[in-house]
Amino acid sequence: MDKAPRRPLLERLTHGASGRAVVAQLALLLVVVLAGGWISHNTIVNLQARNLASGFGFLNYTAGFAISQSPIPYSEQSTYGRALLAGLINTINVSLVGIVCATVLGYILGLARLSRNILISGLATIYVETLRNVPLLLQLFVWYFAVLQPLPKPSASFDLLGLAYLHNRGLQLPSVSLGAAGWPVFAAVLTGLLVVALWARYRRYISRLAVLVPVLLPVFVWMVYGAPFEAQIPQLERFNFVGGTVVRPELMALIVALSTYTAAFIAEIVRAGILSVPRGQIEAAQALGLRRGHIRRSVVMPQALRVIIPPLTSQYLNLTKNSSLAVAIAFPDLVSVFAGTTLSQTGQAVEIVGLTMAIYLTLSLLIAAAMNLANRRFALKER
Amino acid sequence: MTKLYRKPALGLLAALFGYVGLGPVQAADTVGATLGLIQQRGELFCGVSEGLSGFSSPDDKGRWTGIDVDFCRALAAATLGDAAKVRFTPLSAKVRFTALQSGEIDVLSRNTTFTFTRDVNQALDFPVTTYFDGQGFLVRKALNVTKPRDLDGATLCVNQGTTTEQNVADFFRTRGMTYELVTFEKSEEAVAAYEAGRCDVYTSDASGLYAQRIKLHVPGDHVILPDIISKEPLSPAVREGDDRWANVVRWTHYAMLTAEELGVTQANVETARKSDNPDIRRLLGIEGDLGAQLGLSADWGYQVVKQVGNYAEVFDRNVGAGSPLQIERGENALARDGGLQFAPPMR
Repeated sequence: MDKAPRRPLLERLTHGASGRAVVAQLALLLVVVLAGGWISHNTIVNLQARNLASGFGFLNYTAGFAISQSPIPYSEQSTYGRALLAGLINTINVSLVGIVCATVLGYILGLARLSRNILISGLATIYVETLRNVPLLLQLFVWYFAVLQPLPKPSASFDLLGLAYLHNRGLQLPSVSLGAAGWPVFAAVLTGLLVVALWARYRRYISRLAVLVPVLLPVFVWMVYGAPFEAQIPQLERFNFVGGTVVRPELMALIVALSTYTAAFIAEIVRAGILSVPRGQIEAAQALGLRRGHIRRSVVMPQALRVIIPPLTSQYLNLTKNSSLAVAIAFPDLVSVFAGTTLSQTGQAVEIVGLTMAIYLTLSLLIAAAMNLANRRFALKER
Repeated sequence: MTKLYRKPALGLLAALFGYVGLGPVQAADTVGATLGLIQQRGELFCGVSEGLSGFSSPDDKGRWTGIDVDFCRALAAATLGDAAKVRFTPLSAKVRFTALQSGEIDVLSRNTTFTFTRDVNQALDFPVTTYFDGQGFLVRKALNVTKPRDLDGATLCVNQGTTTEQNVADFFRTRGMTYELVTFEKSEEAVAAYEAGRCDVYTSDASGLYAQRIKLHVPGDHVILPDIISKEPLSPAVREGDDRWANVVRWTHYAMLTAEELGVTQANVETARKSDNPDIRRLLGIEGDLGAQLGLSADWGYQVVKQVGNYAEVFDRNVGAGSPLQIERGENALARDGGLQFAPPMR
């Protein structure tokens, strides 16, 4: 049987619904490309007219400034690129710790709001309503200056068993160094845990003695390296403590503020998820004689997680981006070090802000991708 | 076929096309034409700090005061004949240069240090230095620190994005001293942290230290170390490639210095107009055509002194003997009095 003859091109483009759709989309694409091109052209022309430097070569110049808390070795003679890396790792650290703390706290608060005990649910409601409605920057200032003011100065700090000291410049902790055996011991711990996890997953039964593996293996590795051990206890000198490690109040205040603020939002998400589970499920579980804790763990939460995980992703992204408020309390995160100090010193605003935005975009996309993997595991398997 | 006006998407497309097609190409053609732009606009856009006593801060009635503010008023008096025709834009250390480069302000009068990188690499020009300063340290008297060498191991609070961070790094590193730097975005936060005890030292330009000290709870508990560890020539900044405007900025400051040299003040400028001294007559525009050469009106010098005052008056009123800061003239005295402020001859 012959196929119907094709209509002329112009008629296809303007008369059929799909034809018009194609034309409209092409037109919109053209407008977007033109707008983007105009903005870039404008920027380049103006930068050149004003003789402003451009390009990313500044990342190789010497930075010339110090970073107070750097996770990687960094000195004033390192490059701007290294400063960028230090700030980035600080941001990632704060975001990860904040996400974990916020989730745990938010889960507890969500359950508390659903409690039948009026006192607990009332307190949880007050917490959620207050912290959700006060701007995060204000909360951050409260934690930072409310933590600083009451704590004593280093010469009068709280003495914790002579090993650790708490004062308004941080929490001084003793540090233990394993010398050359440090990384191998860490690797041995991870290997041991991995072995035990895989063993438990693939074999039905695992002996209780297996938990000794992640303990004994690192000890064995440590002995092989000659058992190096070096402990440092902080000592008070003229201005500050020297030796050991310290947790700075900036870091503490930022993590606490981010966690408590985001936990208020997560509490509401958790509560919504739990309430979304049909009442019939709980009643059926009760009819089977399951106890409350068991019901929550095996019946309610798996179904609630389907509803909880998508909005939870948004909250994690918010927390990551909110960590950029660190610049207000002198914590050297990515924005403070790179889009703050480096921008002021080199003056290359366009490249620096663009690069910072690209980095935050990448971080957010990674978090969203990870959460989507988790979501797929809990989502309803549809036909 | 449905009527076109029922399709909102088409309307949106048309609007986008109109904006993109007819929209202005921004500002590239105004590079080098700032003076004409100001005179046409009738107002000077001046970038100042967000609040530094003595340099640029709003008083309790919202009126801006300070030595940088008065310099902008002098520029307005010279170019527009009226010292009140200024719009002040408070800028943080981070955005000050971008605001100037993008054309949002005409001149940056914000206690900014004139350095090599800023002059050469950031498309800025620093026509003249209005205040010679240096970096100092503010510490508590109770710490018994007499010189910067005693600060080994100390914690310092600084303001982000200033030459202060780099100076501290250089100073401590070359002397083999250790330190910890706590960097805040705003100077108020840095001073608050210093007062709360987070740091032992607050370091900044010495003039800024005087300004911040009077705002502390007990100013007498804090001392500014006499040693200055760097050169900080504070200068107004303009965009590079704009020589006409740079000339106006430079010679406005020199006019104020010349007025001080010749003894012309706000009070006696009217009688000085009748003077026989050729230097005074050229300064006030009675003789010669200095104003026309700059592109300004002939009485530009007279307007500056009448409406704002000479350099000594501006200094005393804002940071010197007539202000709470009580800073000595020191390096900012005239060259003939042992300082660094020197004006070339106005002829």
